Amino acid sequence: MITVRIDYVAMLREQAGRASESRNTNAATAEAVYRETQAAYTFTIPVAALRVAINDRMANWTDPVRDGDRLVFLPPSSGG
Amino acid sequence: MLTVTDQPIDTTALRRECALHTAGALVIFEGVVRDFHQAQKVLRLEYEANPALAAAEYELIVQEASRMYPLLWTRCVHRVGSASPGETAVWLGVATAHRAQAFEACRFIIDQIKERLPVWKKEYYENGESGWINAP
Repeated sequence: MITVRIDYVAMLREQAGRASESRNTNAATAEAVYRETQAAYTFTIPVAALRVAINDRMANWTDPVRDGDRLVFLPPSSGG
Repeated sequence: MLTVTDQPIDTTALRRECALHTAGALVIFEGVVRDFHQAQKVLRLEYEANPALAAAEYELIVQEASRMYPLLWTRCVHRVGSASPGETAVWLGVATAHRAQAFEACRFIIDQIKERLPVWKKEYYENGESGWINAP
């Protein structure tokens, strides 16, 4: 079991009802963490439409997560 | 360099910043808050960004642009927080030696910003509804 910090932004923050959390998880990859939170908060955005950042760097969904990592799930951009 | 600000973008100050550079061509793009979305009247927007990731992604975009165009200088400011129709949401300045390169590089960079920069926009409509843009 590891503990990761997750920041929720934009639509995900609204659906989670929180901006961040420390989460204990057995998930081994970033994608597994997202799927766990998707089930917990019934996120409507499919993983294929999101990007993920780990510790302030863009990452791959298959990247491993380690104790103390900070994850942000990034919905499709709509700036400009 | 990219910065995000929750204050109105000072386009006059940015233009003065451009003047410090002596490139032959400067293209400035301003994205302005629209007052409609499809048939809906937009009262205001809320922009949200992850500043650290946005700054890093902008640098990647500029690196990619530099491989295609002889960039001399770029500067970008993106608004966050509440913005009203008519306000500048994003300001991008691109300088090169000649105009064709400046136009093309500016177009490339702003297109990539729209597609990749971790910034999100929520529109608030006259009928009381609201919605995140590009949310699947």
